[in-house]
Amino acid sequence: MTTATTAPETGQPLLELDGLRKEFGTRHTNVAVAGVSLRVHEGETLALVGESGCGKTTLTRMLLGLLDPTAGSVRFDGQDLATLTASQLRAVRRQMQVVLQDPYSSMNPRMRITDIVAEPLVTHEPEARGRRARARNRERVGELLEAVGLDAAIQDRYPHEFSGGQRQRVSIARALALRPRLLVLDEPTSALDVSVQATVLDLLADLQRQLGLTYVFVSHNLAVVAQVADRVAVMSRGSLVEVGEATTVLRTPQHPYTRRLLDAVPVLDPREGRRAARRAAAQTGEAGR
Amino acid sequence: MTTERATTDPHPADARPLLEIDRLSVDFRLESSVVHAVQDVSLHVHAGETLAVVGESGSGKSATALSVLRLNPSPPCVYTGGQIRFDGRDLLTLSEKELGRVRGRDIAMVFQDPMTCLDPLQRVGTQVAEVLRLHTGQSRAEARKAALAALDEVGIPDPEVRYRQYPHELSGGLRQRVMIATALVTRPRVVIADEPTTALDVTVQRQILDLLVSLQDKHDMAVVLITHDLAVVAETADRVAVMNKGRVVETGDVLDVFDRPADAYTRRLLAATPRLEAA
Repeated sequence: MTTATTAPETGQPLLELDGLRKEFGTRHTNVAVAGVSLRVHEGETLALVGESGCGKTTLTRMLLGLLDPTAGSVRFDGQDLATLTASQLRAVRRQMQVVLQDPYSSMNPRMRITDIVAEPLVTHEPEARGRRARARNRERVGELLEAVGLDAAIQDRYPHEFSGGQRQRVSIARALALRPRLLVLDEPTSALDVSVQATVLDLLADLQRQLGLTYVFVSHNLAVVAQVADRVAVMSRGSLVEVGEATTVLRTPQHPYTRRLLDAVPVLDPREGRRAARRAAAQTGEAGR
Repeated sequence: MTTERATTDPHPADARPLLEIDRLSVDFRLESSVVHAVQDVSLHVHAGETLAVVGESGSGKSATALSVLRLNPSPPCVYTGGQIRFDGRDLLTLSEKELGRVRGRDIAMVFQDPMTCLDPLQRVGTQVAEVLRLHTGQSRAEARKAALAALDEVGIPDPEVRYRQYPHELSGGLRQRVMIATALVTRPRVVIADEPTTALDVTVQRQILDLLVSLQDKHDMAVVLITHDLAVVAETADRVAVMNKGRVVETGDVLDVFDRPADAYTRRLLAATPRLEAA
């Protein structure tokens, strides 16, 4: 992610959102997404940043084809999702997968790891169904688990036996099962401890490099975004207020909302903190007395 | 085990800390096993000072914080050793009745999720007033006036209107302000805040941290801030205690600990915390 070079602006983007809009409600329409246009290029990490209620989840649901937009279009690899037949849409959907924030609620606690990871295979590939496919599925699940840094032998165990970080690795393995091109990572490390977060972010960077993946990384944590993103899109009240290179947006924000967001981030330096500032003021005050 | 450094303690040696946790040990006795959640933990905080207790999940930071007012669920929680001294008394040996007078009056708590501590069926103003009536025996009218002032003090716009609303009608940030109002309306001397901003958006987090700091200065409160976020520690704390696996692995002035972390775990935690400057 940090090492990925930004895709050239020329050439067809992998994902293209045009004037995407979503309204909810009948009597009082609530505009969740108010005309968003955005391009995501193959191999890059685009971070979508915003606070709760800004519409980022609605936006990702539309780009995954899970929610129909009120207006506008989503094109994946040049194909407009709205014009596709059901089977064409299935073929596109398997190329985009999602990893959600909470690894606890995104797995059926009564399924074994092997079935959890193989579920997308079984859903999308007829040849992965039935008893005869079992051995092959197990082998594939084993490979996937090893790719995310877990032991292939854990597949007979249940989700509750694993920590949050391990479960998030299982979620990533499941998302990779169909060899997707695009991963939507929706706050993938927000529920994890910082030391675990660091290892999961490293894993995501490695996978991106190895597999040439494209990431849409949804986050409210700007410090994490600074670490992973090539480009940043800042969302507020259903609209994108600023889109650009991560360094540019985070170092020289143009929009007042981006600036407010950045100013609010606590800084990991006690000398910059408010207490420190006040302490210094108190000391000079004492000296002056 | 603990690295206590020679700090530039602004409090003279003879000034007793307001709250002193001394070699506290807490076990959780489960059906098939015993978890030593807190092991031999010593912490103290002075009036007007913020002590941050930082650690990852399972470090024992919340169990330590909840021990002060004996709020850990018991069973399975057992206080196996140590003292918690406040005002010359050991809180761990007080009767429930005596402790009830300390809870919410001298020592108050602010939690991560206001919905777990606010009653969804009661107007928020009534809930703030209720705390006052319970602890001070004020009349309904007096308590109402003080509760309105408390809502105003924590920066809630239109306190008269908000007073009559229910928790679900408020945003997360406003609810957190209401909870802070209920905690502070009795003018406690110690506030224990357990991840008070973890569930909030970053701009709201900034407002709530600023609010806590300004109220602390105004009322000279001691604050014990429980958090997993070292950046929040850097912003708000005077001193910090780093916890890992039930123990305090390092404690000291926040500048010293951040500049020269002595413990390997502290260094690892600092290294793992993402920084905005990485961009």
